[in-house]
Amino acid sequence: MESAKKGKTQSKQPPRHPLDDWLRTDRMPHIWCPGCGIGTAFSACLSAMAATGLPKENFVMVSGIGCSARGAGYANVDSYHTTHGRAIPFATGLKLANPDLNVVVFSGDGDLFAIGGNHFIHAARRNVDLTVVCVNNYNYGMTGGQVAATTPHLAKTTTTPRGNPENPFNIPLLAFAAGAAYVARWTMLHARDLMDSIEEALKKPGFSFIEVLSPCPINYGRRNKEKALDTLHIYQEQTIIKNGAHPAELEGRQDGKIVLGKFWDVAKPSCNELYEKTCRPDFGKDHAA
Amino acid sequence: MEPAVLTGTHYMTGDEACAEGALAAGCLFFGGYPITPATEVAERMAERLPGVGGVFIQMEDEIAAMASIAGASCAGVKSMTSTSGPGFSLMMENLGLAIVTETPCVVVNVQRAGPSTGLPTQGAQGDMYQARWGSHGHYEIIALAPASAQDIFYQTIRAFNLSEKYRTPVLVMTDEVIGHMSERVVIPRAEEITVFNRPRAKGRKDRFKPFEPGPLGVPPMAIAGEGYNIHVTGLTHDERGYPVMSVDCQREMMARLIGKIQNNLDDIIEVEGYLLDDAEIVLISYGVSARTSRAAADEAREMGCKVGFLRLATVWPFPEKHIRELAQRVKGFITVEINFGQIHREVERAVQGKAPCFLAGHCGGTVISPDAVLDIIRREF
Repeated sequence: MESAKKGKTQSKQPPRHPLDDWLRTDRMPHIWCPGCGIGTAFSACLSAMAATGLPKENFVMVSGIGCSARGAGYANVDSYHTTHGRAIPFATGLKLANPDLNVVVFSGDGDLFAIGGNHFIHAARRNVDLTVVCVNNYNYGMTGGQVAATTPHLAKTTTTPRGNPENPFNIPLLAFAAGAAYVARWTMLHARDLMDSIEEALKKPGFSFIEVLSPCPINYGRRNKEKALDTLHIYQEQTIIKNGAHPAELEGRQDGKIVLGKFWDVAKPSCNELYEKTCRPDFGKDHAA
Repeated sequence: MEPAVLTGTHYMTGDEACAEGALAAGCLFFGGYPITPATEVAERMAERLPGVGGVFIQMEDEIAAMASIAGASCAGVKSMTSTSGPGFSLMMENLGLAIVTETPCVVVNVQRAGPSTGLPTQGAQGDMYQARWGSHGHYEIIALAPASAQDIFYQTIRAFNLSEKYRTPVLVMTDEVIGHMSERVVIPRAEEITVFNRPRAKGRKDRFKPFEPGPLGVPPMAIAGEGYNIHVTGLTHDERGYPVMSVDCQREMMARLIGKIQNNLDDIIEVEGYLLDDAEIVLISYGVSARTSRAAADEAREMGCKVGFLRLATVWPFPEKHIRELAQRVKGFITVEINFGQIHREVERAVQGKAPCFLAGHCGGTVISPDAVLDIIRREF
């Protein structure tokens, strides 16, 4: 961000970014490394929140632990930076206690799919009305680049110095199988598609899941001969958009390409709605709050 | 709508009375996970909450249960969970989160014999130190120990009130015997029950600092959705709630978190004395073992021994002052508890060598008989 030049400035106000109202500008600079993709994913998420036109005070951002999870601390809405892996059950409590809240979980792949994997599948099964944005950078960035549940087979990390002997999750398939109402995957380079997708997910009742592929040049790229720009080239040249592709077909690559798009979007009653219908059909529309 | 307060005289178990106490205190969210011997608390809440406008959810594990009640509380709803040893272990992580984020909530531990899976259907009091120090880092905690079904009704209300007043999780440390025993429980009229609600944020939303202390050292709480745009984190944070990785910030935050409990001990600590005025030997006990102690004190009096009894209704923070005062004038103490000396060590620490301290302990699985206490009296005094 350029600072306003002193002297002949036409306005006394510093330049404003369209997202300034949604950002805790007093917390800048952020912690993310040069070349990191989280900021772009985060910006798409805030832009989507703004674009919905829904009341700002009803948005809540919840995160766990890790680089992506620090996003909650920069969002100028009620924001809760919780424990490692537990953003989703915390968010479930918020949403069930006050159904008027629009709860966004913004966190990383290690947080949501390793330590928090159990919570993810159960929130999807219950169809809790949350929008979960997972920044997938294939590793644990904050702790210096360890293997994750999303690290590709044979990729090098500090805890797989000979290459990853394990296979990664196909996370859109996991979300689909567990019962999510909305499943999409983009890269941070596809910022406009990503933003549109998050906006759609925010407006949709039920459990929405969006995976965002994002470079981690410092901790992942460095050990896998992938500079930040190389990763962006992969996102540009080695991806293909296939809306409606079956999540089971997303494992690894298809014809050498990573498949992106909106894979699943169905209408089904949310957790709150089912609770009201099942547990107090005569109660009217009152809720806990 | 069904009534939250079931005014009248009932015959119910401790677990059920606990649930009724929670409802009477205004609890409207329960996130739980089944575990013997605490399941009946969850079952009662599942049955009752929809009718009073609340929500019950059975989470996927106790980690999630604890996280969900912290979340619900941040949405402004009084929340609780109940569990036993193995689940209590899993809750320690998010208990710490609730402490440092000053999120009011109530956790009930219906203790069974451990370690590990232990004796699931049989009582013990082996989690008292875990209640004090089970989550990592140094902190203050409030833990109450009810001694009957009637008392668990009352102590659960008190747990909610203290939790709201001091913005901190409060533990109700009961046990299998109290939890499963059916007794007479008298529930008063709603207007006779004192219910305390957390201090709430007021004033200009752009200037509000979510961790700026108010009266008693407790910050007024902004609820999610009120427009205060608060940030809440488990990281060490300043008054704005922003993470600050410095020793100064850690010192300031810790001083206030510890101070809000330590500076209000007289309000938080509740003890009950029995035959203490002329007592030469004092039994110290809590929970189901308080009943052993009361019976032992009565029998000892019949034998001509001047035995009194101090029941710790609040176990943490430890009623150190009360015990220190007694230590000035009595011949000795016997702590009665179903473990091998957790509160006994605290008693020894408070007595500071001014009188001998003995333990009537037990491995867990059943209650301690008054005879075990009387044997110590005969042998040592």
